Amino acid sequence: MSLDKATVRRIATLSRIEVADADLEVVAGQLSGILNWIEQLKEVDTTNVAPMTGGTDLKLQWRPDVVNDGDKMEQVLANAPDGHDGFFGVPKVVE
Amino acid sequence: MGYIIKGEKHDWELVIGLEVHAQVISKAKLFSGSSTDFGGGPNTQVSFIDAGMPGMLPVLNGHAVEQAVKTGLGLKAKINRRSVFARKNYFYADMPQGYQISQYDQPIVGEGTLVLDMPDGSTREIGIERLHLEQDAGKSIHDLHPHKSYIDLNRSGIPLMEIVSKPDIRTPEEVGIYLKKLRSILRYLGTCDGNMEEGSMRCDANVSVRPVGSTELRTRCEIKNVNSVRFVMQAIEYEARRQVDCYESGGTVDQETRLYDSHKGETRSMRSKEFAHDYRYFPDPDLLPIEFDEAFVARLRDALPELPDDKLTRFIKDFGLTAYDAGVLVAEKESAVYFEEVAKGRDPKLAANWVITNLFGVLNKRGIEIGDSPVSAKDLGRLIELISDNTISSRMAKEVFEAMVETGKAPDAIVEERGMKQITDTGAIDAAVDKIIAENADKVAQYKSGKVQMLGWFVGQVMKATQGKANPAMCSDALKKKLDA
Amino acid sequence: MTQLTSFTIAEAREKLAKKEFTALELTDAHLAAMERAKDLNAFITMTGDLARERARESDKRLAAGHGGALEGIPLGIKDLFCTEGVLTTAASHILDGFKPRYESTVSQKLRDAGSVMLGKLNLDEFAMGSANITSYYGPVKNPWKAKGRNVELVPGGSSGGSASSVAAHLVMGATGTDTGGSIRQPAAFCGIVGVKPTYGRCSRWGVVAFASSLDQAGPMTRTVRDAAIMLRAMSGYDPKDSTSAQLEVPDFEAALAKGVKGLRIGIPKEYRPAGLSPELAALWDKGVEWLKAAGATPVEISLPHTKSALPTYYIVAPAEASSNLARYDGVRFGLRVEGKSLDDMYAKTRAAGFGAEVRRRIMIGTYVLSAGYYDAYYLKAQKVRALINQDFTDAFEKVDAILTPTAPTPAFGIGEKSDDPIAMYLNDVFTVPASLAGIPGASVPAGLSADGLPLGLQVLTRRWDEETLFRVCQVLEDAAQFPLLPAV
Repeated sequence: MSLDKATVRRIATLSRIEVADADLEVVAGQLSGILNWIEQLKEVDTTNVAPMTGGTDLKLQWRPDVVNDGDKMEQVLANAPDGHDGFFGVPKVVE
Repeated sequence: MGYIIKGEKHDWELVIGLEVHAQVISKAKLFSGSSTDFGGGPNTQVSFIDAGMPGMLPVLNGHAVEQAVKTGLGLKAKINRRSVFARKNYFYADMPQGYQISQYDQPIVGEGTLVLDMPDGSTREIGIERLHLEQDAGKSIHDLHPHKSYIDLNRSGIPLMEIVSKPDIRTPEEVGIYLKKLRSILRYLGTCDGNMEEGSMRCDANVSVRPVGSTELRTRCEIKNVNSVRFVMQAIEYEARRQVDCYESGGTVDQETRLYDSHKGETRSMRSKEFAHDYRYFPDPDLLPIEFDEAFVARLRDALPELPDDKLTRFIKDFGLTAYDAGVLVAEKESAVYFEEVAKGRDPKLAANWVITNLFGVLNKRGIEIGDSPVSAKDLGRLIELISDNTISSRMAKEVFEAMVETGKAPDAIVEERGMKQITDTGAIDAAVDKIIAENADKVAQYKSGKVQMLGWFVGQVMKATQGKANPAMCSDALKKKLDA
Repeated sequence: MTQLTSFTIAEAREKLAKKEFTALELTDAHLAAMERAKDLNAFITMTGDLARERARESDKRLAAGHGGALEGIPLGIKDLFCTEGVLTTAASHILDGFKPRYESTVSQKLRDAGSVMLGKLNLDEFAMGSANITSYYGPVKNPWKAKGRNVELVPGGSSGGSASSVAAHLVMGATGTDTGGSIRQPAAFCGIVGVKPTYGRCSRWGVVAFASSLDQAGPMTRTVRDAAIMLRAMSGYDPKDSTSAQLEVPDFEAALAKGVKGLRIGIPKEYRPAGLSPELAALWDKGVEWLKAAGATPVEISLPHTKSALPTYYIVAPAEASSNLARYDGVRFGLRVEGKSLDDMYAKTRAAGFGAEVRRRIMIGTYVLSAGYYDAYYLKAQKVRALINQDFTDAFEKVDAILTPTAPTPAFGIGEKSDDPIAMYLNDVFTVPASLAGIPGASVPAGLSADGLPLGLQVLTRRWDEETLFRVCQVLEDAAQFPLLPAV
């Protein structure tokens, strides 16, 4: 498996990580190296094996429908790089 | 049947599937203890979990599970006793985790059906594909600052049920009926308040067209987030015509998301959201599968309220109502409850007539819900009794009802106050009858010579003489007895 | 007089109770050691003032006779645990200036037990690494050096600051987190004890997530007993973590004296790959002999899917990480690099905020989850993970514990292997299988290499059976007589 530059650009876009055009080649090489190494899993026979999705076989606990959180606008916004009037500010989104 | 779009080359039919996002009625959010109340100040109903802070973890609100299962049962659907939360990954300013916790290939509810009651009295079944639980996103507000959008996360994490229909719907009219019926069921169940204006019920429509007679499924467009039943119907009509024009002019339809502009009455492509969608669903490792046993489902099934379809059948059978009247009465749970209280132990047909014609007339005129009705079911029921036992005439009843609407007083009080009690005392009626006969010898002669239709005139005179309070049937009987003697 | 930094937690606990010294004196001694050893770069943030304040409170509780299980014990907290009002970075530029308004469950429990936090410990960025060279705050040094060579060595990773600070006696114990070996491998490199408990034993609430189905907190200490004491304080059901176990926490310390007589110890034949250093192979054999001498029975076992564990891990962990790290977007906390649009701001912030290894893993994770590749990579990995889990289930039918080396080599020089991701990943070859299976594992320092560097042995047991884990570790520790102070 060897990733081309277009694929790397697409992954970078999906990941929202800017990759300069000049670096695409290098990143493609690194990712391809790792993917090639991972490919060895293909040899493992997994016919009729159910996937293991989590780290535990515990049962999920449910919380009661009780309001016991929220009402902490100041704490929620305390670390915001651009907080205004109780809102988080971001560059204008044009729909 | 038949919503056919005439083209130059073909007649086209519509293929519609609906995805309804219904906000689950709950006090707290799906994965946190923040409130779900509508209308709080910005970011005041937000926990660190809802804000996607580092290290925060979701814990499932069990009530949301119950609500989803109840809704599934109400849709006669398959309940999956094991289902899985998955992460739907995409970036958006009002989605703090960078993913939405939703359900993907293992939803909590599988296939079911929804019955449409068509205006001609027939019914049509629409398949339900699935229902799954997911969290809502926050809100972006674009008009508070010239260069920024502002993010309010109060809605972030609010529990939603996404209810997906099969592409069984064929006309905009059916879309309207489907949405109203679904809303009705949800409200009966108490699982969603169905308020489209406040956004607690939102609808996306998948629309495609195909030549009549064909069974293919062509490329569909998704119309997003339309906030009223009327607009959904309009959007679909526009979109169908657009697709037909596309095909007929030799073009193709692209699979895309479109937005309905209710001002212009048209749909347009949402190019900003179009690119590079790849949600990379995978099971959320912070949550284990949702599992419950048959006893859990049975408990919810046993506690299920009577739903509109069953109520309709019962109203027809037990009360002898027409399908139309029963349909009108069961559409809203509150109306059905109101009606049953009015009808209990009284004449059900008369009760239905009064509720549908008179009460609903007032409510529509005033634009209010039955919950805010100026006339209570108890009082309307009493009014029916007064009619049935001849205390007042139907004509007087209308006057009493108007006074009830105006003053909110009980019917007995109004009848008493205005001295509207019907005269059912035979002595009083006989006296009035005698007087009229004595004063109108010429008319009596006409009657006796065979103009029996004169009887009506006599009844009218007696009523007039008693200020309309005499029981008309009794007057008629007394007159006949004397005139025919 | 003995230096206050030389005691174990168990010793200090007794001496504090006997009032031989105060918690404040103990804290001050360690704060002074931290100052002297700044060159190790073990700490990202030192919280001296806060520590002295808390030590004084401990002294009050000790005086009143109601001290907690760790009253007055100076600890370091890996900077992956959110600490209220104290800078929390995950060793990443992207969390610049982030001061959480909440405290992780584990650090809160340790605080409730009376321990005194001295600071936030350096680590690999977002716990992604095996050498503690990916930290935005610079590499951590191992206090050990090879005999006759003045080469700075890595402490292992990702809990490198934790391992280094415990080994150098800057703290009496530290929290670590282990996703694929991040407690056990640095413990082995620095000659200390590191325990990764069963997945679900310690709450993950408030711990910056790397790979949610694998992340597990655990103690790093100089002795097995200290680890038992500390783990008990860290463990327990947390209703805020859906993967936390509703189980009683055993008294791990009480299990230590039980020995290994009658236990069957599995020796997996697949753990002798070509790259295993002969010294480690020999130490492993020695470990088997020690356990045999203490009455245990060695049993050769097979864990047939061992070879697949590492590539499985490098699909599962990056996949989860790619999603877990999506929240670092410059909107609600941390670094923001402005851009001309929302997406541009995201892309610039994340490119500047994440280091190369983190970016690489996010992109790998994104790729293996993406349309058309999910089945071939992610789903396949989950199936292989199930097989690896089954290997252990089968093995534990036959044995009570498994003994292996912790890492294939001793600590290496800072800068080595750094240009070859896969060579670096191979460090975790022995630790990753247990992480995938969610079973408990520990590394115990068991000997020194020819050039005087620590070597560790790893013990694995069944889920929720940390008691047996501690029993085996205690026997190994007793037999190994490992020096408690590095030759610095």
